[in-house]
Amino acid sequence: MLVLDLALKSLRNRAFSTSLTVGSIALSVALLIGVENVRVGMRESFSNTISQTDLIVGTKGGTIQLLLYSVFGMGAPTENVSWEAYRQWAEHPAVAWTIPYSLGDSHRGFRVIGTNEDFYHRYRYRGGQEIALAEGRASEGLYDVTLGADVAEELNYGLGDEIAVTHGIGEVGFLVHDHMPFTVVGVLVKTFTPVDRALYVTLEGMEAIHLEEGASAASDDGHEHDEETVTEAAVTDDGHAHEEEAEAAPADDGHMHEEDEVEAAPVDDEHGHAHEEESEVASADDGHTHEEDEVVSEVTQAPPEDDGHAHEEEAEEAVAEAAPVDDGHAHEADLSIEDVEVTQVTSFFVGTTDRRDVLMLQREINDFEDEPMMAVIPGVALNEMWRSLGYAETGLRLVTIFVVLVGLLGMLVSLYTSLNERRREMAILRAVGAGPSRIVALLVLESACLAAAGALAGLALVYVLLSVGQSIVEAQVGLFIPIRPPGSVELLFMGAVVSAGFLMGFVPALKAYRTALHDGLTVRV
Amino acid sequence: MSLAIDIRRLRFRYGGGPWVLDIPELTLERGTRAFLFGPSGSGKTTLLGVLAGVLEANEGEVTVLGEDLGSLSGAQRDAFRAEHIGYVFQMFNLIPYLSVLDNITLPVRMHAGRRARLDGAGVKESAAQLAGQLQIGDLLSKPVTELSVGQQQRVAACRALIGAPELIVADEPTSSLDFDRREDFLELLFQECERAGATLVFVSHDRALEGMFSRTISLPDVNKAVF
Repeated sequence: MLVLDLALKSLRNRAFSTSLTVGSIALSVALLIGVENVRVGMRESFSNTISQTDLIVGTKGGTIQLLLYSVFGMGAPTENVSWEAYRQWAEHPAVAWTIPYSLGDSHRGFRVIGTNEDFYHRYRYRGGQEIALAEGRASEGLYDVTLGADVAEELNYGLGDEIAVTHGIGEVGFLVHDHMPFTVVGVLVKTFTPVDRALYVTLEGMEAIHLEEGASAASDDGHEHDEETVTEAAVTDDGHAHEEEAEAAPADDGHMHEEDEVEAAPVDDEHGHAHEEESEVASADDGHTHEEDEVVSEVTQAPPEDDGHAHEEEAEEAVAEAAPVDDGHAHEADLSIEDVEVTQVTSFFVGTTDRRDVLMLQREINDFEDEPMMAVIPGVALNEMWRSLGYAETGLRLVTIFVVLVGLLGMLVSLYTSLNERRREMAILRAVGAGPSRIVALLVLESACLAAAGALAGLALVYVLLSVGQSIVEAQVGLFIPIRPPGSVELLFMGAVVSAGFLMGFVPALKAYRTALHDGLTVRV
Repeated sequence: MSLAIDIRRLRFRYGGGPWVLDIPELTLERGTRAFLFGPSGSGKTTLLGVLAGVLEANEGEVTVLGEDLGSLSGAQRDAFRAEHIGYVFQMFNLIPYLSVLDNITLPVRMHAGRRARLDGAGVKESAAQLAGQLQIGDLLSKPVTELSVGQQQRVAACRALIGAPELIVADEPTSSLDFDRREDFLELLFQECERAGATLVFVSHDRALEGMFSRTISLPDVNKAVF
């Protein structure tokens, strides 16, 4: 293989431009294969987030929306499912088990999920793996919280730490109940699924958060006003809240507002509008000395949007059951798990006794008349969701293909521009008997070798990056990209790159061919 | 004695340009050491291209070593050149990314017919032997970029001579050498041509060397296309 030998020696001779060319092809190929790896990793971690669950049930709405808030911890439901409806389905003969999920609160940007022991026993991900406790135990008591692995790691929490829960979802919650601390009783093993990014309390605990909100709205700052009546307390709000969260306070308590209407509507109506201009004074004022009407203006200012609907009944309940709660720090004494009645869940996962019943059960739930409910099959919904992300995927792939083309074009330019200074070389080859076809072969081979070297280097680069970056990506983005031997996709890509390089080689080769024919043995350099 | 070169009514031009060569008749007997001279632009290199079969005559017959080049295809002419002709350029004779040895052995690696002419001797051994005769035996493993111009021309001569082709074509190979070295180089070249029984066509515009050759051809006299 004289021509191959010549091609390799020629490339080695131009080591600098060769390594630049190989480097740029390698980078582009690494990008192509890397993106593919990330895509596969995403797809896998995506479809592995939940496993062995036959149905996810929630209120009627979008399939993807239900999947998003139930499985991926994104977005929020529009409605909840009543506890009665949940129990009814949980006891359905076709249902083997259920995991109830109650959403609505967050802690420093992580979701707080109310669930029960079924979660710890039944939840499966990535081909049937169970979730397990890294330390401690599952939440049992009203103020127990079990942390997802990322939560414990990122917030640096350990067993026994007391944490507060924020109402609402998001980085900045609306209202911090620092008088409502939960105690960390367990930390889950990392799953690389959204499970890691949530805190798990009991359903009752979740309900209690809402109760406390109702109660705190209904109670005054306990230190000074213990003797005050419930009605008064409801109207006068919690001095705490607007001392510490002057901005947040006016927006926070839709439920408080609702409650006021229930308990203190006449006062509200009378004074609300008259005292709007005083509201600033009120929020800046010391909560301990506030007058009734000042607070009322505060209250009226609170927009009733929020998630008031979810709390209306709670608020009433709160007043009825737990209204006298005055100091949050004493809550353990006031509330125990038996005192709290769970009224609703957000969604629930269902496992059937016989998988053949899934469709039947799904239809039954969808046709449920008492409440608007919907059941989705996770696999189907995940596929649907992934398909809706498919455009981004295709776009990404197109971009990387173009990057590879640019890398190959760089090679083309480098080979093409080198031709002029290689005319002498071509003439020598012609003189010793190389036909024009050998000249073409030489250049095409050089091009193909460059592309092949680039493709191999790119593949190697992917593995180097993966081995270095795998844990970083895992820690930063929660995306686990498996390291595998190159599969058919990688081989296909590399084959395509080498073929493209081979074909592109014909461009400088044909130019050299023509030059060689024209120059003959003369070289006009 | 048969003819090494037999040209009849040759006409050649590049593309649609003016005639560069118009040679009614030119013959050269085998074993001749011919000195072909002419000023720049008189078509020397073009004539060599036609003789080597790199350029194809537009009209007339060109018979080299008994082979009518006009009857051969391009690929056949390439093969013919590889097998039967050694070529030495004026300068920059060598492929920069190959070693001295690789440069010398290029023709025999390029074409099996040329390799067959080594008479069973090894490629390396033949190259080493020639290099020794041209007094560059110690340079074989060197990169060509480290050689002086004179050494480079000797390497080129080795390459032209390896496999003992019947026709050696040299296109002003000494013009880049100083006078003493020219004579040395020519002496060695003659010696090797004689050893191989090769015909030598030596092109130059420098008539000072003329006396060393057995025959002198003035290109302006035979080529009617120019002047």
